Amino acid sequence: MLELVLFYTASTIALVATILALTRANATHALIYLILSLLAVAVIFYIIGAPFAAALEVVIYAGAIMVLFIFVIMMLNLGDKGDRREKQLLKPQIWITPVIFTLVLLVELVLVLSQSAPAEIQGLVTPKQVGLTLFGPYVLAVEIASMLLLAGLVGSYHLGRRYLEEGRENSSRGRS
Amino acid sequence: MGSVSIPLDHVLLLSALLFICGLLGLMMRRNIIFILISLEVMLNSSAVAFVAAGARWGQPDGQIVFMLILAVAAAEVAVGLGLVLQIQRRFKSLDMDDANRMRG
Repeated sequence: MLELVLFYTASTIALVATILALTRANATHALIYLILSLLAVAVIFYIIGAPFAAALEVVIYAGAIMVLFIFVIMMLNLGDKGDRREKQLLKPQIWITPVIFTLVLLVELVLVLSQSAPAEIQGLVTPKQVGLTLFGPYVLAVEIASMLLLAGLVGSYHLGRRYLEEGRENSSRGRS
Repeated sequence: MGSVSIPLDHVLLLSALLFICGLLGLMMRRNIIFILISLEVMLNSSAVAFVAAGARWGQPDGQIVFMLILAVAAAEVAVGLGLVLQIQRRFKSLDMDDANRMRG
């Protein structure tokens, strides 16, 4: 019964956070809500018996991919407007809603961890099973994913390099 | 605890609702950063469906597809954000309606 309550709470948080993320005017605020939505989805993964997917969701999605977004928003160099936005970010009404939702998720996580041994969850898939299947029948898919990541790396390097070079030229021209 | 499992229908419903949110965001927003965020939401919702189905039958295949979706999302975001930098430099704006002309 507790599982169901936790699941519906986490799904509500995920949906509300997604809707809020997509209706913000400011990209940084939207990213905060998107991270909240991803954390809620990670809790759902843990409840339905996929702890490895939950860990990957937090580490790669909410960690690495969102950091990429934040880097690019920083590189866009918003100037004075950006400084004013930074001051706005520190106001409580901006961050109080995400913090409350995140605290609810934290309470859920503590409840899940204290209530049940992981083996009791129905349909639990352990990381060991995932690893054995990943490098057994699916090894070709791993190779294809690595080729895809290489293509993404080369493509983003090509697109970003010209941006950086022109920025350097502009700054040296400004100095001389 | 443990005897009650989450109904698969409800997880799939959540996945569908998240996908609809992402699709509506993709169609209604014109800022390219928000378009990329909507794409992330849609990829994530399909990952929810895969993981839920994998957990329903206790098979690891769902989580493996989830990992492949992660790789696709990472590659897509890297290239997409490179394009964001180029568009910002060329058009001095992140509005996609300013960049809807092809050369030719």
